[in-house]
Amino acid sequence: MHARRDDLRTFEPETPSTLPLVSADDLIELRDVEFRYDSRAVLSGINMTVRRGQVIGIMGLSGSGKTTILRLVGGQLKPTRGTVTVAGERIHELGHKDLYRLRRRMGMLFQFGALFTDYSVFDNVAFPLNEHTRLPNSMIRDLVLMKLHAVGLRGAAHLKPAELSGGMARRVALARAIALDPMLMMYDEPFTGLDPISTGVISNLIRRLNDALGATSILVTHDVRESFEIADYIYFVSAGVIVAEGSPETLRNSADPFVRQFTDGETDGPVPFHYPAAPYERDLDVGRGA
Amino acid sequence: MISGLDRAVRHIGHLVVDWVWKLGAATRFTGYVLSRSSDSVRRPQLTLNEIYFSGTLSLIIIVVSGTFVGLVLGLQGYETLKRYGSADALGTLVALALMRELGPVVSALLFASRAGSAITAKIGIMKATEQLTAMEMMAVDPFARVLSPTFWGGVISMPLLAAIFSAMGVFGGYLIGVVIIGVDSGAFWSQMQASVDLREDILNGVIKSAVFGVAVTLIALFEGYDAPPTAEGVSYAVTRTVVTSALAVLALDFVLTSFMFTGV
Repeated sequence: MHARRDDLRTFEPETPSTLPLVSADDLIELRDVEFRYDSRAVLSGINMTVRRGQVIGIMGLSGSGKTTILRLVGGQLKPTRGTVTVAGERIHELGHKDLYRLRRRMGMLFQFGALFTDYSVFDNVAFPLNEHTRLPNSMIRDLVLMKLHAVGLRGAAHLKPAELSGGMARRVALARAIALDPMLMMYDEPFTGLDPISTGVISNLIRRLNDALGATSILVTHDVRESFEIADYIYFVSAGVIVAEGSPETLRNSADPFVRQFTDGETDGPVPFHYPAAPYERDLDVGRGA
Repeated sequence: MISGLDRAVRHIGHLVVDWVWKLGAATRFTGYVLSRSSDSVRRPQLTLNEIYFSGTLSLIIIVVSGTFVGLVLGLQGYETLKRYGSADALGTLVALALMRELGPVVSALLFASRAGSAITAKIGIMKATEQLTAMEMMAVDPFARVLSPTFWGGVISMPLLAAIFSAMGVFGGYLIGVVIIGVDSGAFWSQMQASVDLREDILNGVIKSAVFGVAVTLIALFEGYDAPPTAEGVSYAVTRTVVTSALAVLALDFVLTSFMFTGV
């Protein structure tokens, strides 16, 4: 059930002082990005800027195009139109080698962790280090234990992914994602299916690791409470367009009907409860003679 | 009537277009697997791991099946040859049947069922659980790290498994013919030695099994990589691997036999 674009109020930018600026401090910039899958527009007219050091939240309904934005930033997809610039490079124009060179400075936490099921926790975290460095085994061991310690799972190094709870798997995946101290961290629905304690732990780690590593983070989620707590700036995406943006404080006080419906969890509003259908009376044959 | 015909033609058209698309995708996939093979050579441990996964873990089924095929071949062969007073040629019959045909073909069919299905399931699940995407996002090429080593592991394993299958078959034939029925041991081995040609029989058998190894492993990898990322998708992909591989092996066997043994 998606909001149609014409159902949504035209987005009005906030005061210029709260908007991110396009400058040398910007790590990511999306300009007039459109992405089509076959003839269907998944994203259109996306303009987004992410400053270095910030945690940016991208929020919206399922299927609204949030993860597509993440994939465009990671170079997994190429925009149909517009540009995606990461660390000064147009990522969609890079060749295989250059793309992989840039990705070495990125980390991504997948929705369900995407851990290598045949490997132990230790080997999962050691994987990027083994692949991209020629460090001696003793140093790799120390680094892996440090990363696992940072997510509170040093004691679980010998376990297999099948032995971990959802929250633990997400933390191991986080340790693996930060193994090479990335400049950019991307989180794809990191809170999905987690209990409140695990959600709090992951949320806390996202903010803490971002600040400790001096990284920049993009957080794709529909978890209002957590993202409003840790993000510096939030974009609301609906039906492939940005419908609202601002700091958590501004959005909390926003009168925008979409923002209100989303943050308050209302069943009806700009995003209708009913999927478009023929008139109810006609479907039920009301008024037709017995 | 016309609309029914129209629908049928459209359906056939869609099937043809889908098939051409899949063929194109499979060709491109093969190109990627081959072009990313340098890691399989530079890091032989990756290929050795896959030889273990495809080859070593298939040993039990190959050894047991080879022995039983040899036992049956010895029994049937003896009964037939005895009618013509040529029971001493049992060694020749068993060896030629195994090295030319049964060894490569049956071991390839077994390889498709055991290793091929396992490869498809592994790659399909890795894709469904985003492990391959995670690898890409860690700047590690899944073709170089996983798919190419698996391919070469399968290609190397297949001729070795076929050779073991044939050896076990000969042992089975010996067991039933010489030890149990009482065919002369000297005749069994000397006739075999005299009639089996290194190039004509053994080398051609090895070439056949290597070709089957390429076909089965590529089909298994492609089906896994192409599988929809769902439990049902992976399950269908595994089935397709076994069916397509079996048909491919039998068709290739006919073509190769035509060139190798009949001079076509």
